[in-house]
Amino acid sequence: MSVVLEKKKLRLATTSLAGCFGCHMSLLDIDERLFDLLELIDFDRSPLTDIKQCGPCDIGLIEGGVCNAENVLVLREFRKNCKVLIAIGACAVNGGLPAQRNHLNLGQCLQEVYLTGEGVVNGQVPNDPELPLPLDKVHPLDEIVRIDYFIPGCPPSGDAIWKFLTDLLEGRTPRLGHPLLHFD
Amino acid sequence: MKQLTFLLDGMPVPFEDGQTIMDAAMAADIFIPHLCHHPEFKPQGSCKLCTVKASGRHVSSCTMQARDGMEVENNTPDLNDKRRTMLQMLFVEGNHFCPSCEKSGNCMLQALAYELEMLTPHFDQFYPDRPVDASHPDVLLDFNRCILCELCVRASRDVDGKSVFALSGRGITKHLIVNAESGRLADTDFSLLDRAAHVCPVGVILEKRRGFAVPIGQRLYDEKPIGQQMDSLATRTAKVEVPR
Repeated sequence: MSVVLEKKKLRLATTSLAGCFGCHMSLLDIDERLFDLLELIDFDRSPLTDIKQCGPCDIGLIEGGVCNAENVLVLREFRKNCKVLIAIGACAVNGGLPAQRNHLNLGQCLQEVYLTGEGVVNGQVPNDPELPLPLDKVHPLDEIVRIDYFIPGCPPSGDAIWKFLTDLLEGRTPRLGHPLLHFD
Repeated sequence: MKQLTFLLDGMPVPFEDGQTIMDAAMAADIFIPHLCHHPEFKPQGSCKLCTVKASGRHVSSCTMQARDGMEVENNTPDLNDKRRTMLQMLFVEGNHFCPSCEKSGNCMLQALAYELEMLTPHFDQFYPDRPVDASHPDVLLDFNRCILCELCVRASRDVDGKSVFALSGRGITKHLIVNAESGRLADTDFSLLDRAAHVCPVGVILEKRRGFAVPIGQRLYDEKPIGQQMDSLATRTAKVEVPR
């Protein structure tokens, strides 16, 4: 009698914080390899499953930097639940485009956009309690929690994501060489 | 006369008396990472990316003269770790947002980060406030990306004879300045025909209206890693085009 041990599938959670979902689009860009990926993993919290809370996971994939209070909470939730946390994309790695507001005064920005800007009539700065408060500065993920791996790129290509994830899932040290490693 | 040689990572490299380790390595098609060095200009050894271990001591290979029989370590995990750390410090000190930079793909800082497999800037970001100077009709100055290599300073002073650029301040406040009462490039005699307009290894001195003439993904270091482009590094010369 042969005993067939089924390899346990790993759980993968993904989210986008201060990002544009471009990295998620790039994840979908692995095309039919998604079926191969689904042989190896189950999705937990992710825009692809619409699960709202992250459960215990093996891998967390986070796109985007941290620009508001809710981003901090979600990032901490992922760190608490994921054994391995990966920052994916330029914004997660160094703040990216949203961080280009960092040399501006946030209060003055809000004033100008909602109150004093050209063409604004009866404006008011949004203050609905459901809106997460913006942070004074945008931060890359590793300034808030420990990050295990980084996949740079804007976005990283589907091939780069595939190479990185398959290396990781198969127990190799993930490595991106030329031409998969790029920052643009 | 006996050919002078030194050992670079165990390989004999011939050199002429007075040649630096960097010059001899370049002539032998061996890559030593560097940013502030340029074959056309007097080396100053400030970026420290080209640090090698020569007879047990860390030295800048662009300023250190080769000696017969010298043993030099270059491409070692230890040195590359240190170089990667220096790159990371350069990245966090400025505002290096590659996706929105016209120089992306042609940038030596970025290419070296690829070469040394820098996946993250690692240190906390400084996010300094450095306004751009768009005053000149043909050239944009984006100080956010300056790594203080002084190539533009050297080119403008030594080749163009104009001394348009200089470094000012000390330590972390050190920065590139423009030699005009107003501090604006438009108020100097700087021109696109200057050598200094074409030496910036990063994306500070940019010709206007040419940013994306070559699309992202088809640029110099997209095609081949910098470590395999010894020819283009050794023969970098002025690319002076007459403005249309």
